[in-house]
Amino acid sequence: MTTSNYATERETTEGKVFTVTGGDWDEVVSGTDPINDERIVVNMGPQHPSTHGVLRLVLELEGETVREARSVIGYLHTGIEKNLEYRNWVQGSTFVTRMDYLAPLFNETAYALAVEKLLGITDDITERATTIRVLMMELNRVSSHLVWLATTAMELGAINMMLYGFREREYVLDIFETITGLRMNHAYVRPGGVAQDVPDDAIRKIRDFLQLMPKRLKEYENLLSGQPIWLERTQHVAVLDVTACMALGVTGPVLRSAGLAWDLRKTMPYCGYETYEFDVPTHTDGDVWGRYLVRVAEIRESLKLIEQALDRLKPGPVMVSDKKIAWPAQLAIGVDGMGNSLEHVAKIMGQSMESLIHHFKLVTEGFRVPPGQVYVGIESPRGELGVHAVSDGGTRPYRVHYREPSFVNLQALPAMAEGGLIADVIAGGASLDPVMGGCDR
Amino acid sequence: MTAPNDRNNDGGVPVPTTPAGASSTAPAEYPPASPAGRGMFGNQGTGDVSGYGGLVRQRQPIEEAARPYGSYFDEVRDALEEAYPDFGDAIEKVVVDRGELTLHVRPERIAEVCQVMRDDLALRFELLSSVSGVDYLGAERRLHVVYQLTSMTYRRSVRLEVAVSAEEPHVPSVTAVYPTADWQERETYDMFGVVFDGHPALTRILMPDDWEGHPQRKDYPLGGVPVEYKGAEIPPPDKRRSYQ
Repeated sequence: MTTSNYATERETTEGKVFTVTGGDWDEVVSGTDPINDERIVVNMGPQHPSTHGVLRLVLELEGETVREARSVIGYLHTGIEKNLEYRNWVQGSTFVTRMDYLAPLFNETAYALAVEKLLGITDDITERATTIRVLMMELNRVSSHLVWLATTAMELGAINMMLYGFREREYVLDIFETITGLRMNHAYVRPGGVAQDVPDDAIRKIRDFLQLMPKRLKEYENLLSGQPIWLERTQHVAVLDVTACMALGVTGPVLRSAGLAWDLRKTMPYCGYETYEFDVPTHTDGDVWGRYLVRVAEIRESLKLIEQALDRLKPGPVMVSDKKIAWPAQLAIGVDGMGNSLEHVAKIMGQSMESLIHHFKLVTEGFRVPPGQVYVGIESPRGELGVHAVSDGGTRPYRVHYREPSFVNLQALPAMAEGGLIADVIAGGASLDPVMGGCDR
Repeated sequence: MTAPNDRNNDGGVPVPTTPAGASSTAPAEYPPASPAGRGMFGNQGTGDVSGYGGLVRQRQPIEEAARPYGSYFDEVRDALEEAYPDFGDAIEKVVVDRGELTLHVRPERIAEVCQVMRDDLALRFELLSSVSGVDYLGAERRLHVVYQLTSMTYRRSVRLEVAVSAEEPHVPSVTAVYPTADWQERETYDMFGVVFDGHPALTRILMPDDWEGHPQRKDYPLGGVPVEYKGAEIPPPDKRRSYQ
């Protein structure tokens, strides 16, 4: 890319405009008048490697101290909520999974729970389907926290941790691929249950992963926890206490790192979480260090949950028995991903005209959902993920709104960054774990 | 349905055309309440293809709930009534549906109600989980703003809902009570055009600053262009034939 794509260096009424694409800071600011140009405005992003995707920060600096910070979002807005209104209820799964791309199974489960609540079939969801949902969500929580650990460590200079984090995440994605056919964007959790039963192969892989992960977690802690640079960069950095978190609506590990053990899995249980044994890790400092400790401890708790879920997996159906809500075909994973099973295709095309009619009606038209509105909140890796779903009685959602923790939590960035050093903006922003796909939707 | 050259004039911009058969089988007494409820291969009728034709889907108005509501809902209502003297004036309707309590609030009172909901010791809704909008096109006060409150102390949640017209879309901002409403109100303004009076900086947040219109309104089209696939023209999603 040439510099001609950027604004040229020039004088404006607001002061001199610089184009910075790297280089030494002293050289960059050598052109400024040190007496009169004390405050400079730095535009960080939207394509800065340390801003977790297309987030833009406008920072007003005095030397290296941030005086004002404003975040500009919307660069990844894709109109998913609007698009949902033009697809039927089942197709919604394939859209919402693309919002927060690091936690697709949470998006899907929240959506499925909301649709089921609208349909009034919450109690009909089979035990196996619920257990599989818990299993998948907790695996997803592990992979999401691993990406957080990897990217945050990289942004603070620990490149090796980035490689290890993504390496272990790949194990989880491999498990997801075995179960759903896709590494990401699964559309696996559907209103009524899950799309596909868990194959035995996947159970073996998950058991292997449970064996491996505690050792690897120990390695990460050996690498980071006593590391002087890591401690310097994280302790007492970007502090946000409980009051600030609650005022700004911040939930998830950030709130728990400040000391409030608010975890929807415990406080407002769903999917049978009240029957599992696990702890809610907290810390009291409310800094980046605390968020690191909380997230690593949460990975351990998730492993406990995965083990319990595996032990509970009893054979049984993974979809509600109502054929109008369940996908009409038994799905199977072929070489090109998940699709209708060959037996089903043979049946509707060769044997049963009625099956073909029903298949056609249910696939193209879908099912109707009684009018009304519901709100369902679940604990995603980033905090409360809420779905507000409205039905007008039709075959398509009338309105679906996602209360995205990335979106809400990002509001806290100025509160964390202002008055601190510019380097701590990176640490503080990363500790919020924003995923812009979810934030902008 | 439509020939490609009907659809495309200059520049490939799709022009809405009347689908074939739109007027042939349509009984006029069932106009769908929203454009989202239109379709069914251009049929304006009931959408019932069973041959019976009498299965007309009625839109039921949401009924006001009768006491006792059950669960913790009675306690919440009583506590609010006691702490907020203007309850009768401010609360238009109490709805209990699918195990959720919704208080329909007069728009100009929403900030006061939020203040009481947050501060009263028997209510303590400390967290504003979500603010969003819904556009009930066709209703007189079509733009609804929905507030989802969570009490961390009592582990309860309540929904507050206000309704305003598109011509006079003013709602007091609750940012002074719940600072977290800042971005969420900006999003609701951006997407629905609801103006939150008293918001510190009500600007667009997801759409570009110079965008025209409010995309989540029901009369705002989804947009999109037709694409050609293997020689066939696939219309954009909102122009495809569909059931309702």
